[in-house]
Amino acid sequence: MAKRILLVDDDVDFLTSTTMQLQAAGYEVVQADGVTNARQKLGSEPVDAAIIDLMMEEADGGFSLCFEMKQHDPTLPVIMVSAVTSETGIDFGAGTDEERAWIKADAFLAKPVRFEQLQGELDRLLKVSQ
Amino acid sequence: MDTLRVLVVDDELGMRHSIRRALRNFTVHFPEIDGETQFAVSEADSGERALELLGNETFDLMLLDHKMGGMTGLDVLEAVRPQEHDMLIIMITAFATIETAVRATKTGAYDFIAKPFTPDELKVTVEKAAAHLLTQRQAKRLAEEKRRIRFDFIRVLGHELKAPLAAIEDYLRLLCDRVAGDQVEAYDHMIERALIRAGGMRKLIVDLLDLTRIESGQKRREITQVDAEEAAQAALDGVRAAAQERGISLDLQTAGTCTLRGDRGEIEIVLNNLVSNAVKYNRDDGQVGVELHGDDTWLKISVRDTGIGMTAEEAGKLFNDFVRIKNDKTRDIEGSGLGLSIVRKIAQLYQGKAVAESEPGAGSCFTVTLNRHVEAEDTVDAADAAADVATHV
Repeated sequence: MAKRILLVDDDVDFLTSTTMQLQAAGYEVVQADGVTNARQKLGSEPVDAAIIDLMMEEADGGFSLCFEMKQHDPTLPVIMVSAVTSETGIDFGAGTDEERAWIKADAFLAKPVRFEQLQGELDRLLKVSQ
Repeated sequence: MDTLRVLVVDDELGMRHSIRRALRNFTVHFPEIDGETQFAVSEADSGERALELLGNETFDLMLLDHKMGGMTGLDVLEAVRPQEHDMLIIMITAFATIETAVRATKTGAYDFIAKPFTPDELKVTVEKAAAHLLTQRQAKRLAEEKRRIRFDFIRVLGHELKAPLAAIEDYLRLLCDRVAGDQVEAYDHMIERALIRAGGMRKLIVDLLDLTRIESGQKRREITQVDAEEAAQAALDGVRAAAQERGISLDLQTAGTCTLRGDRGEIEIVLNNLVSNAVKYNRDDGQVGVELHGDDTWLKISVRDTGIGMTAEEAGKLFNDFVRIKNDKTRDIEGSGLGLSIVRKIAQLYQGKAVAESEPGAGSCFTVTLNRHVEAEDTVDAADAAADVATHV
């Protein structure tokens, strides 16, 4: 059965192109254009993994959402994506356990994200969570 | 209070002490530089000792005796190379010959004071040097600030161009890979989005060229009698189709004389920017009202909308480069973030200003005042304003 992925970003172009690629790769996609929208959808559509943008209109919306989802189900794979690194040069990721504990996400990818890399992380995390 | 550190280099104890006494309670105040400045004196009894001190500490001024046992003042000057120290050197000498003066100046001394001198003569010389030093430092700070602003502008511009380009490339790649199989609507949507983002890039580049043109002052401004009502009508005609599609009504009211001396292109940029914003940021079935009001001196252009509005804090920031109010109501609206910055700069060219009043949810009113009688040669203030911001681009 196709894995269902929650994709949250307020950037309509990232949402559109990533959805297309995920669908082509055989995933089912639940789109949300913001944190509020994501919370609504999560209530009715359980997902197998989530890809969340860090910076949305609420400055740390992505963090809060990730935190909530992990509280609800610590085994649910969450990948954070963000343009923060390329925009500000601030380099932070989820390379070590300590960083993962702080960010709460399982992986952190800088935008622009190569889809192959995103898919690689997604497959790896889905395998681990099974 | 700022303190400038003064190093007195003289082999006569009496001279060092009388300089210390003269500068002890001496303060100077320069109106163009905030705050008072006082002086803290350190002493060296030889050129060798002075060099030793300079190896470990920094000083702002050096009062340097020429005639000393061991190294002379000129020897010290050559060894110190004052240009590398952000420090001014005043030579003290009883033998102020032309030859010494020329050599010292070539080596970088700032001034001379001849022995014997009174405390007041010393203070005048020190005050002059301090003024020079502080002005020079302030100029350097301003130059660095301008460099930083230009750097920030280019950095943000780079990002603003890179983001849509990345989106367009993504769409092209997906189209190339036929990623949506035979779902034609999916391709249509991608093409539509790619065109919207390309349009955004085009608008940014056009605005950037407008901005550069206004700020560089290179293009000759053609000052003629401009009919602002005609320009307003043209701006409204330009958005009529988009407004109709969303049920937005457009209205133009005029009072007084609505002509002014100015560059037609600039007046058009102001009206086009304000009117297109009023439509873009409006709600469906809203209204856009343009009012022109001319009196003897000023032409006031007000553009009112019934759109999403903004907070006072947001309105205050709005006229700066690349400021776009980002929230869930504005996210689908394309804009370069330069339009209002351009409007403000044009208003400055006409000795006027641009202000925004707004209430979240209720709408905004943008008002631009322009002097109706500014001739090209009158715009000295404007040229200053332009020069002030020319470093942005």
